[in-house]
Amino acid sequence: MAAAKKQAKSNTSKEDLLAYYREMLLIRRFEEKAGQLYGMGLIGGFCHLYIGQEAVVVGLEAAAEEGDKRITSYRDHGHMLASGMDPKGVMAELTGREGGYSKGKGGSMHMFSTEKHFYGGHGIVGAQVPIGAGLAFSDKYRENDRVTFTYFGDGAANQGQVYETFNMAALWKLPMVFVIENNQYAMGTSSKRSTSTPDLYTRGEAFGIPGEAVDGMDVQAVKAAGEKAVAHCRDGKGPYILEMKTYRYRGHSMSDPAKYRTREEVQKVRDTRDPIENVRELLLQGKHASEDELKEIDKEIKGVVNAAADFARESPEPSLDELWTDIYA
Amino acid sequence: MAIEILMPALSPTMEEGTLAKWNVKEGDTVAAGDVIAEIETDKATMEFEAVDEGTMGKILVEEGTEGVKVNTPIAMLLEEGESADDIGDTSAKDDKGKADKAEAEAETGPVDEPVAANPGAEMPAPKKVSDPEIPEGTAMKSTTLREALRDAMAEEMRADDTVFLMGEEVAEYQGAYKVSQGLLDEFGPRRVIDTPITEHGFTGLATGAAMGGLRPIVEFMTFNFAMQAIDHIINTAAKTRYMSGGQMSVPVVFRGANGAAARVAAQHSQDYAAWYAQIPGLHVAMPYSAADAKGLLKTAIRGDTPVVFLENELLYGQTFEVPDLDDYTIPFGKARIWREGDDVTIVSFGIGMKYALEAAEKLAEDGISAEVVDLRTLRPMDTETVIESVKKTNRCVTVEEGWPVCSIGNHISSVLMQQAFDYLDAPVINLTGKDVPMPYAANLEKLALVTTQEVIDAVHTVTYR
Repeated sequence: MAAAKKQAKSNTSKEDLLAYYREMLLIRRFEEKAGQLYGMGLIGGFCHLYIGQEAVVVGLEAAAEEGDKRITSYRDHGHMLASGMDPKGVMAELTGREGGYSKGKGGSMHMFSTEKHFYGGHGIVGAQVPIGAGLAFSDKYRENDRVTFTYFGDGAANQGQVYETFNMAALWKLPMVFVIENNQYAMGTSSKRSTSTPDLYTRGEAFGIPGEAVDGMDVQAVKAAGEKAVAHCRDGKGPYILEMKTYRYRGHSMSDPAKYRTREEVQKVRDTRDPIENVRELLLQGKHASEDELKEIDKEIKGVVNAAADFARESPEPSLDELWTDIYA
Repeated sequence: MAIEILMPALSPTMEEGTLAKWNVKEGDTVAAGDVIAEIETDKATMEFEAVDEGTMGKILVEEGTEGVKVNTPIAMLLEEGESADDIGDTSAKDDKGKADKAEAEAETGPVDEPVAANPGAEMPAPKKVSDPEIPEGTAMKSTTLREALRDAMAEEMRADDTVFLMGEEVAEYQGAYKVSQGLLDEFGPRRVIDTPITEHGFTGLATGAAMGGLRPIVEFMTFNFAMQAIDHIINTAAKTRYMSGGQMSVPVVFRGANGAAARVAAQHSQDYAAWYAQIPGLHVAMPYSAADAKGLLKTAIRGDTPVVFLENELLYGQTFEVPDLDDYTIPFGKARIWREGDDVTIVSFGIGMKYALEAAEKLAEDGISAEVVDLRTLRPMDTETVIESVKKTNRCVTVEEGWPVCSIGNHISSVLMQQAFDYLDAPVINLTGKDVPMPYAANLEKLALVTTQEVIDAVHTVTYR
């Protein structure tokens, strides 16, 4: 199946388009701010930005229902914001402060919210895949009709445990969507250099798991594919694979100079496929919003992100006793 | 010359079994490959094939006989031209049995994993059990370690629907070591789940199910295979509570056989006690007795902390006294004093306790009074009981099967040095397995493992007597 074509015209409602615009913009501005704070030394360690890939989580969250679960890798800020977690709590975790989701003890790669059914934030490439199957298993065990979105990248798609999970998920008909965010680079290694067959959505064929490729830069295409996958899961038909063809604009992490690709390559994607610009155009062309109205949204988002950054700077470091807490129940 | 048919060993650890049924009678002609008998171990009934052709001359062990030692002659096979009268007295020929063992081949079923452990030798009862949690007058029930583990799981599964068991061969096969025997019948395939052979995957899956609010028990056929899955045990299960600032619990129990069995060599004989005991966020239990195994496993299943529960194949078939209580639990982090003594403290856990207790018994005959402490759990570790004991005896020997570098004994030595230095009258001796991969050859394997005699010798060294 080829990547779904970008729709020239949109059947999506004005409200939905505006919501996608707002949510994607929040992720982008948040990530830009995180990059700034990293540069200022306020965020340390590894910090993997989601800029460029925003349509994937925003589109899939639009296909999700209350109670559905999500789990991802270390490139997780976007997933947290899209699931409705508080930007202040996320940013304060990035700065390692008491007000962070993990009280400053998890950092960028390890955050959770039981309230929003966000199960991390995992630092070991591919490890979240069987864990996601376990979450889906727990829902099937309880006989509810929840679905788990398990996100991983093109790099993780080469980990053995992914295929162990495909087998069990298909065998036990686990209600889960495997979302492969193919941003084309596993750190510095392009999929061309690491992957024997380019179409990752076919990787479930041997296990009887249906898959499809989706234009991951097009939020409407993502949502449509997500709805199809979720319906498959809720029908009790087992797992589904969605390969999101996407792109990250920044390096793998903050410390990656990204010398493995050209500036031109990045610029071309920005100019022609940017997920936020796409929705912006749809809003303007469809006369759903004026330039001024969109500027107003931009301003509002900037305010949310600045407030998150302020909170993340002002929140105190965790008290020294915290070293010894939360190890045992 | 009539051929002796010997009681076969049907697994690496089998020492005796029941001759359940003869499929042939005296005078019958048999061909090589005929199933001539059914032999029952404590876990399975296996078919026993003839290796040679001939006529059944004499059946020496009647069907239904229990406790037939491996290599005991059970029948005589006549070759062409021989008659039953040619059979002499066979009772004195046991020595030759070992060399003939290979003649007796058995159908071992679909897996080549060890499927039987030596049954029912009665283990010594603790002389002085410090177990205040057992009420006065409680009846005791003879139970194998295997049954005690099964009972613990069954009781907790009855009490809580979120508890389930998954692993290789746990359901339809009734457990590779028969620990899960009967659980599928009682709880059904929703809660007793056979997995593909996919340790990395199902360990991650169980960990995720725990994050999703269930209470999985993962059985590793042996902990050797858990090395394929150790990332999830350590990086996911142990660390998630901390990394989430206390938001997420991961109430999963990883259990299975740990340490050397018998003659299964390097890749199947390893004690992981010290490995897991190092990891903050995990609880680690390594029980010796069936009572402790039951009480600790119930506590493990109920708790919200991930637990590594290290069992031992050689102990599965051993019988111990277990308190006959509706709900017998034992807290983690509390050692058990098996015998009190004044001259030396012997600290051990798991199968090491077997050597510690045997040594203490023999030392008593020589007038040396040893106090034997069973740590029972390695994380948390009850070093306080060890320190108190050493303050009395002033000497200490630790016994474990694992390797010597960074061993549990090394840790205890360090604790004693820091907290009981002035009470020590001799350097602490750490007895461990030898610093080598486990060899296959019987004599070398014996040499690699810690022995009762080594414990006795170490006690003599530290007591200068």
